[in-house]
Amino acid sequence: MEKRVTFKGLWLPILLVLPQIVITAVFFFYPAGKAVWQSLFIPDPFGLSMQYVGLGNFEFLLSDPYYRASFVTTAVFSTLVTAVSMGVALYLAVLADRLIKGSGTYRTLLIWPYAVAPAVAGVLWLFMFNTRVGVVTWYLGQLGYDWNHVLNPREAMGLVVVASAWGRISYNFLFFLAGLQAIPRSVIEAAAIDGARFWTRFRTIVFPLLSPTTFFLLVVNIVYAFFETFGVIHTITSGGPQQATTILVYKVYSDGFIGQDLGSSAAQSVILLVLVSILTVIQFRYLERRVHY
Amino acid sequence: MADRGGMVQSRGLGIWLTHLGLIVGILFIFFPIWLAFVASTVSQQDIVRPPMPLLPGDKLVENYGRALSAGINAPVARMLFNSAVMAVGIAVGKIAISIISAFAIVYFRFPGRQIFFWLIFLTLMLPVEVRIVPTYEVAASFGMLNSYSGLIFPLIASATATFLFRQFFMTVPDELAEAARVDGARPMRFFFDILLPMSRTNIAALFVILFIYGWNQYLWPLLITTDPSMNTIVMGIKQMFPSGDDTADWPVIMATSILAMLPPVAVVVGMQTFFIRGLVDSEK
Repeated sequence: MEKRVTFKGLWLPILLVLPQIVITAVFFFYPAGKAVWQSLFIPDPFGLSMQYVGLGNFEFLLSDPYYRASFVTTAVFSTLVTAVSMGVALYLAVLADRLIKGSGTYRTLLIWPYAVAPAVAGVLWLFMFNTRVGVVTWYLGQLGYDWNHVLNPREAMGLVVVASAWGRISYNFLFFLAGLQAIPRSVIEAAAIDGARFWTRFRTIVFPLLSPTTFFLLVVNIVYAFFETFGVIHTITSGGPQQATTILVYKVYSDGFIGQDLGSSAAQSVILLVLVSILTVIQFRYLERRVHY
Repeated sequence: MADRGGMVQSRGLGIWLTHLGLIVGILFIFFPIWLAFVASTVSQQDIVRPPMPLLPGDKLVENYGRALSAGINAPVARMLFNSAVMAVGIAVGKIAISIISAFAIVYFRFPGRQIFFWLIFLTLMLPVEVRIVPTYEVAASFGMLNSYSGLIFPLIASATATFLFRQFFMTVPDELAEAARVDGARPMRFFFDILLPMSRTNIAALFVILFIYGWNQYLWPLLITTDPSMNTIVMGIKQMFPSGDDTADWPVIMATSILAMLPPVAVVVGMQTFFIRGLVDSEK
């Protein structure tokens, strides 16, 4: 696409794009390039010089059991976060869509948790499940269940998943509701006249027609679970216990800033960069192609 | 949606079950926030002897006052101010540099225009989390640690907004630019008198999304603000927990959590139409 009518000038447009060029070059391309560069070196023990190791950092990472474990953790974590937040959101959106009046009110009530930062969500859930003062912990204790996410890896994972999914429900709800309301009533009514019950209609008509929305949300939620949940993990578990909740982004941070292992951290950044690029490409390609046709 | 037929909507008993289902969902979503609010209105004693009460107490003014004026590492009022500067700085900065560069790309032909376009396209969707170590080094080398510019600039280095403005400018009728040119208007005159007013809705929608994005940042402020008086509120909450075995000051921490939520929630609720529009636009 091009504009037919344009203005003349050479210096003015260059001046106009300059601020963005400078900021992007300094804070985006240079650091991204440097991450790639650093990933090919290891610093000596005193941090005085860098030694070129080629793909050594990557080879080491891929054979490192901790890094592999972090991959698995990330896969489990992002699958669960995506499934829980999309499942609850779809359920609520289907209910709201069934109402003739009032779906707008519910929408207003449901959208604002979107504004709650993941890190704040983490603190709220940490408070409820705190081993000493948490309300939920206390009631679970009354029921005879001894909750302790500080020691139990599964409970830690469960808690960070619920806290991450919780803040995401609003977003998914908005898109699902919009997707549902865009489905022509006539199609669904025709099926209803043919005697299809609600569940049959949902399975055979609504869900397939909703697939572009579902697919879009799938990608967006995976990206969210990969990157934006750092705040949740950092506030609730700090990656523990025994690295049970150390997702890839958390590992970049803990190896780079706490472990000071710059080469490895940079190599991990590069791997993440590749992963997120793949997700972006998938998103762009499939969104064009409309999943349900 | 009043004209949608009744056949596939719930009626009678069904409608009550539908409402019930939604209300249960909303209660589940609200419960953590309610609990935080209650905790911010009671005393530490009420909390450390579980179970804590489920209805608000009478310490609201005291707890919020203590948080705002003293906090734990730094007064929360100060952290709120830092967050506001960061969020507004990111929103305004990103909109400003994006709208002028989108204007240049759409309304001018200049060498390197195509390369520039692809460069900004590359920055879409690569979050700062991926390149934290080198970006931190750059910020440090500019002396940007513990400064507002350090909180703001690295986070406006992405082109989502440029992309959105470009899409919008492409839909602006050519006749407007033509008319401006015939009248002998200079490009910047056209930009300020015609294009900018036409972009108002887009700017508002983008502002809402970017404000929330900036306000809710966590990792970046965590790295570059080591001085408590430069902490933002969202990252500062975690810093309020004691490192050892001491009991956390829950009423103050929960009051801070509620304060950290209020501005972005107010923006979302108050500018709901812009918010939804911005959300949908920015994901297109």
